[in-house]
Amino acid sequence: MARIEKFANPTRFLRLQEKVQPWLAAITALLFAVGLYYALAKAPADYQQGETVRIMFIHVPAAWGATMVYAFMALSSAIAVIFRHPLADLSAKAAAPIGAVFTFLALVTGALWGKPMWGTYWVWDARLTSFFVLFLLYLGYIAVWQAIDDYHRAAKIAAIVALVGAVNVPIIKFSVEWWNSLHQPSIMSSSGSSVHSSILIPLLIMVAAYSFLFLTLHLLAIRSELRKRKIHQLQLAQAQKV
Amino acid sequence: MAMTRKKQRTTMIVGGLVVLGIAVAIIATALKDTIVFFYTPTEVAEKSISPTTRFRLGGLVEKGSVKRGEGTTVSFTVTDNAQTINVQYTGTLPDLFREGQGVVTEGKLDRAGTFIADSVLAKHDENYMPKEVADSLKKQGYWKHTEDEKKQPES
Repeated sequence: MARIEKFANPTRFLRLQEKVQPWLAAITALLFAVGLYYALAKAPADYQQGETVRIMFIHVPAAWGATMVYAFMALSSAIAVIFRHPLADLSAKAAAPIGAVFTFLALVTGALWGKPMWGTYWVWDARLTSFFVLFLLYLGYIAVWQAIDDYHRAAKIAAIVALVGAVNVPIIKFSVEWWNSLHQPSIMSSSGSSVHSSILIPLLIMVAAYSFLFLTLHLLAIRSELRKRKIHQLQLAQAQKV
Repeated sequence: MAMTRKKQRTTMIVGGLVVLGIAVAIIATALKDTIVFFYTPTEVAEKSISPTTRFRLGGLVEKGSVKRGEGTTVSFTVTDNAQTINVQYTGTLPDLFREGQGVVTEGKLDRAGTFIADSVLAKHDENYMPKEVADSLKKQGYWKHTEDEKKQPES
């Protein structure tokens, strides 16, 4: 715990964030350049889906990212509630909009893939429904922070929303195994992957690209949240003086 | 004192999540019939669904069963390798509709036991590969379809 505590100090965090920011941004850009080149130009067309398979390179990492970011947000909220770290609430708050955008991207690309492949943009099967619920949870979480002025009260209620919603994460993951669904089962199983390496490797590069994009944006968002709080405190102090 | 508070809060969160998880599991089990997107031919046979009930039927399109009729009418057999149901459908089929591939149809059973579908969706599986690889697998006799078909009914 000692090591995490060190970075939970806002001043130290800001100094570190400033140092790693350009590197993280550069790695993200590089991964996206390589990943998108392989995904859109180099990877072969699928034997069934043809060129439509390329949507997967945007869709699957977005969907994984959206779910992982939610799990991360719930974990941050749990740490905030249990250990009262000054950065844990901000970490959860900063993650939410990024996760919401990932979710939205996965929903849109999934619908665009579904129309030519399944024959419909949308159905209410277990996977699609639970993933739509994830989107609503993100919006609800963001709305709590927007609606409640008092920082500590907002943090507490938002953390409860994040933790309750965490139940949905395993449901999304296992929905395609527990119930008949239109959505295909996971491409990853204990016996390996059902995707050929020429398609899987670009996919994994894209997953890395999304992960670094999240890391970059997340640290940047925490920074701006810290600044926002600072401004707010200065304004309060100013108002009291007058 | 601080430690016990932390422990208290941890217990509250873990306990809360466990209770919530159990509640959701109970609800999901109770609503299993509604949450499933389609019934397999075996489930249809077990349930004896009346001809007036709309439902979705899913499974694999049996190889060699697709027959084109007049206009856009098509008939085929849906199988889960245990039971089969004949399906009749008029309309456009999705691109991925193929013999040996997954399909989800919606409609009603008629009195003869034929499923009259008014919508057909293709169900894609989790296998992704370039055409050349699929061709060479087929040539070498390593094609996994027998395995897929075994897996399909429960997925």
